[in-house]
Order: sequence, then structure tokens, then C-alpha cells
Amino acid sequence: MATPFLRGFWKLTWVETKVFVREPMGFVGTLIMPVVLFVAVGTLVSDIQPGADRVRGLPADAAATPFNAAILAALVIAINGVQSLVAIISIYREGGILKRLRATPLSPVTILGAHVVVKLCFTVASLALLVLAGRRLFPGVMEVNTWSFGVALLLSTLSILSLGFVIASVVPTARFAQPISAMLLYPMLSVSGLFFSLDRMPQALKVAALMMPTTHAVGLLQGVWDGSGWGTHWPNALMLVVLFVVYSALSTRVFRWE
Amino acid sequence: MRTVISVTNLGKRYGKTVAVDDVSLDVREGEIFGLIGPNGAGKTTTMECVQGHRRADRGAISVLGLDPQRDSTVLRQRIGVQHQEAHLQKRIKVWEAVDLWSALYSRVVDGDALLERLGLEAKRNAWFMTLSGGQKQRLFIALALIHEPELVFLDELTTGLDPQARRAIWELVKGIRDRGATVFMTTHLMEEAERLCDRVAIIEHGRIIEVGSPAELVRRHCPQRTVVYSTDAGTETLHGEGDDFITDVIARIARDGIKVRGFRTEIPTLEDVFLKLTGYGIRD
Repeated sequence: MATPFLRGFWKLTWVETKVFVREPMGFVGTLIMPVVLFVAVGTLVSDIQPGADRVRGLPADAAATPFNAAILAALVIAINGVQSLVAIISIYREGGILKRLRATPLSPVTILGAHVVVKLCFTVASLALLVLAGRRLFPGVMEVNTWSFGVALLLSTLSILSLGFVIASVVPTARFAQPISAMLLYPMLSVSGLFFSLDRMPQALKVAALMMPTTHAVGLLQGVWDGSGWGTHWPNALMLVVLFVVYSALSTRVFRWE
Repeated sequence: MRTVISVTNLGKRYGKTVAVDDVSLDVREGEIFGLIGPNGAGKTTTMECVQGHRRADRGAISVLGLDPQRDSTVLRQRIGVQHQEAHLQKRIKVWEAVDLWSALYSRVVDGDALLERLGLEAKRNAWFMTLSGGQKQRLFIALALIHEPELVFLDELTTGLDPQARRAIWELVKGIRDRGATVFMTTHLMEEAERLCDRVAIIEHGRIIEVGSPAELVRRHCPQRTVVYSTDAGTETLHGEGDDFITDVIARIARDGIKVRGFRTEIPTLEDVFLKLTGYGIRD
């Protein structure tokens, strides 16, 4: 028999899933947008000739490896999930929904855990769409171990999500949640090594980049894709775990319910 | 009669602001107890400390014989809560909210029957965001009652509702008491407190300044009675004090055989008591 604890957890997760699907923008943005982005960038990149130093005005290493498009899209999926989590948490806080849920026998971990599970489910669904689209549109490019890639992306998402909780803990009002999280997450992506290599950055920026989960996510995902794998990229995986623990601990300290 | 809530010398500050200075009160089993006072007097903070959602800086609180901080897990199964100006997920359906809340408690009543009792059966499939203010509050009452709690907390339940919705909710609250539960509510509407509460405590600047039934408080602080009657000769206004005053006036009119065209009495209300004790109007 399910205990009231588990019953409450699954019920809340299911309700939050339904509520999320009913939100037209959130649903389309999370599930469809990254795939559209991937197809657009992927089409651009697949025109690259070996040895070209510029592609349609962009430096060639902006797109040096065709699978960067897939990694970019995968990370956009993760970041979308985080942004929507930050937005939901701040709307729930402002509306007193978190406070009302907390007045029930639900534990705080259950309430927030349900949201994380919902976001992860949509991340997985969106990733599956991405892989399907990639296999169909860019044959040969998507030759990657889907499970290994999936696990690496899951780890990356959890790490970025925990950073999302820190952001959600400190944004003052729901109105600021979306712009603040966008202002933090997308610049992180731009210095993650996906568009130009970390070695070309000034030292200070490089150190800052190494403190961000996105950088290690890119490292790990690229490694999984180019075949060097977990063996070579274990420091990235370790850093993702460390950042997850640090951000989670930090957010439990600074999180506000109302 | 059993004491359900006992608060002794409660104090709570937020930074430098003193929200609750020194509050002591007792709520008895089966009554509707109202904490009334102007906005910012400390009503909600007191209530949240009693519920266990806030930790008091000092003082002792006992709720159903439990410590709201230490025994919060047990207590949450036995109390029902409605928060001031609360919301739910915009696109959650009424039945889904009731269903979710039902899953959280070990013993629950039938959700559909509860919705029917609260006049929400036609709104079962409606999204929360489409409900009217009165319907939202009725849903929050449903969520507070789903596990048949012994003690129900209602914080500014009817603020912002129109008079019809307000009256409908008053009847529901009386229904909660008539089914045997105790109600602890806050309001800054004196008419609401007078019609609904068995006893009220007036709170001002974080201190309780008076406790009693609304009628008792009126008798104690505003004993003045006024009778206005009109005859063919004109209008007569008489002032007096005490419960017998009106009877005496009627007896005299009858004795003197005065032909009365109109007759009305003016009896002070809880609002008059409130204004007299706090010295000024309700701050909004």
C-alpha cells in the first residue's frame, strides 16, 4: 500500500504535469522550441566543408563539430527546464501556493521534488524528440550512445537545476524570475566552451567558467559524443556532482517559502 | 469546557518591527473564536505561530494539547488551514485540488459530497483561475475541511468579497462549528465578528486589549441605548443606559397612551466598542 507520503508525491507530480501541459507557452517552449533550434542550427552546420575557416560569416570553430548543434539543443532543453522551474517557484511563492502546500502534511522535499521530477520528465521527452529528429534529418551525425548521452544530460540537468533553485530562492518577485534566470543562464552557455574553446578565454573568465555547471556539461556531453567518453571526462562529471551538492546545500539555506 | 488553544505571553518580531508584543488567549472547544483588530495589529502572525508555521520568539503555545513546533507533523493531520489572499495553481481543476488534498491525509471525507455542501459541484471541472472570489474561498474552505479537522483556522476569509458571497460564507462557517469543530478566525470586519463569533479578542499593537462575547463587550463598554419615536407632534429622542431602558420607554409610552407613528432603537455595535477601545477607525 502506498503511504500517504508517496501517494501525495505522485499525486502532486501528476497534477503539476497536467497543470504544466495546460500552459500553452511553457509546453511548446519546453518541448518543441529546442528541437526547432536544433534543426535550424544543424542545417546551417551540415553545410560545412572540411577545412573551411569561416561558415556564413561565423568563425568555423563556432560550429567546428556538427554534433555541437545537438549539444546546444540539449543544453537549451536543460536551461528551459531550469527557467520554467525558476518561474514556477517564484509564481507559486508570490501567490502563496507554496505556503498553502506547506500547511499540509507534505514535506518541503516532496513539494520541490515533484517539480524537479516534472521538469526531468519533460527534459527526457524533449531529448527523445531531438534524437528522433536528428536521426531522420542528419543521418550519420547522431551516431551516439543514446543512453550514455541521456545519463550525461540528466546529470547536467540536475546540476543546472540545483543552480536554478538558488536563483529561485533569491529572485524578489515572479516578474523578475524569467529575465534574471535568462540573464544568468545564457551567458553561462556562451562561455561554456561550446562556441569557442576555454583556452582562448582570459584567465579570470576561464576560472569563472569552470565554476559553472554548463561548462562541465558541455565538456562531458562533447566527450560522450566524440567517443573519448566518461573515462576521460570524469573530472567534468565529478564537478557536476560537486556543483549539484553545493548549489543544493546553498538553496536549502537561502530558500524562502513566502 | 476543554481548552483547544492556549497561548501565553506570545511575542514575535521581524527584525526591529514588533509584530506581536504580548498575546495571551484561550480558545474553547466548539466555539467560533475571532481575533479582531486593525491591519498590522498582529492577527496573522499570532495565527501563524499557533498553526506552527512561524516560530515564536517567546511565550508558550499549546494546540490540541500539542506543541505546534515540535509536533507539527501530528498537528497538520488534525487542523485545517485557510490563508489570507491565497492562490492555487492557475490551471488546476477544482476536483484535482480536492483529490490532491485527499491524498495527503490519512483520514478524509468524500470530496464530491464536500463540494456539493459548499455549492461547488457545478465547478468540479473548472480551472482555479476561472473561479470567482467567493468560489475560490469556498474551495479553500473545502481544502481546509477535507480531513475533517478538529480545529479550523480562517484568516481574513471574506476580505474582498461582495455581500452575498460574504453571507453565504458566514453560513458555511457556522456549519463547521455546528458539526463539532472549533474555529479560530481573524477578521477586520466588525460586522462579521459580531454575527459569526461566539467570542472575540481585540488585538491592537500586538497586545490583546479585551476578550468576551460581542454582546458582553457591547454591554461592558457601550451601555448607551437610544430610542427615537415620532408622534403627530414631532420626533422625540431619548438616551439612557442598561438593558431595561428600552422596556421602560415602551412601558411609559403605553401608560401615557401616546400614539406612535414611528419607533426605532439605536444599540451600539461591536464596531462602536472597537472604535472606543482602539481610539480610531479601522486602517486599511
